[in-house]
Amino acid sequence: MTKSKTEKPAPSRRVSGIGRLLIVVYGVLALAATGRSFVQIASEFVDAPLAYSLSALAAVVYIVATVALIKRSPRWYRIAWITISFELLGVLVVGTLSLVDPALFQHKTVWSVFGQGYGFVPLVLPLLGMWWLARHPVSVAAGPELPEGRA
Amino acid sequence: MIEWFTWLQLAIAVPGGVLCVILGLAGRKPTDLTMGATALVELLLIVQLAAAIAAPLAGNDATGSLLEFYTYLVSAIALPVVAGFWALVERSRWSTVILGVSSLSVAVMLYRMNQIWNVQGS
Repeated sequence: MTKSKTEKPAPSRRVSGIGRLLIVVYGVLALAATGRSFVQIASEFVDAPLAYSLSALAAVVYIVATVALIKRSPRWYRIAWITISFELLGVLVVGTLSLVDPALFQHKTVWSVFGQGYGFVPLVLPLLGMWWLARHPVSVAAGPELPEGRA
Repeated sequence: MIEWFTWLQLAIAVPGGVLCVILGLAGRKPTDLTMGATALVELLLIVQLAAAIAAPLAGNDATGSLLEFYTYLVSAIALPVVAGFWALVERSRWSTVILGVSSLSVAVMLYRMNQIWNVQGS
């Protein structure tokens, strides 16, 4: 008596699968941003301390966001919202400024021209991330407090 | 870095990556074919690393920043390994998609590496 449709995964499984793909794309972007800012800071930091510090900050935020998407707990869920919102804000503000006043960002950051150098992935990814977080809430208000020993 | 070899890598990584994404979205779990394509991409990256180390000795110097080149190369070498382990641990359709995404990311990085070595600063 085997089920005829064992091959088909359950819907919930499939959605969490897409979430995993999101995590991978976040991881790749975090790797790219980290690598680039490492090179910028190691070789030509004095040229543009502001732009390159921003690159490094963006890279760290991408790493934290990747970790926050992997960890499923109320605290990390909140951190995921904060970091992803920060990314969206960053790409919108820096993207706009780099077009309005190019002199301000002569040196490239991840967010220049809305992430053009990265195929606009930095602009699209936060929106996808927010969509995914909204669809898969970790209940913060409901339920008893979870142990927060593991940080 | 050897230019024609880079184009060969792209000719394998791009179709291989697209194939993995399509098969994954079609619901296939990682197979010898998709794992093999990823392994081939990785193998060619190792060969490229050896070529990059040896090339300056033969007078083929990078036109751009070596530091940037090697940051890309090391990152690129890590990607298929991570994706491959993922595919071994979790045998789902999404692992196949992830194999494809890793190969396509490697392709983008190879393109940038080629710019750094052969195009920049000339």
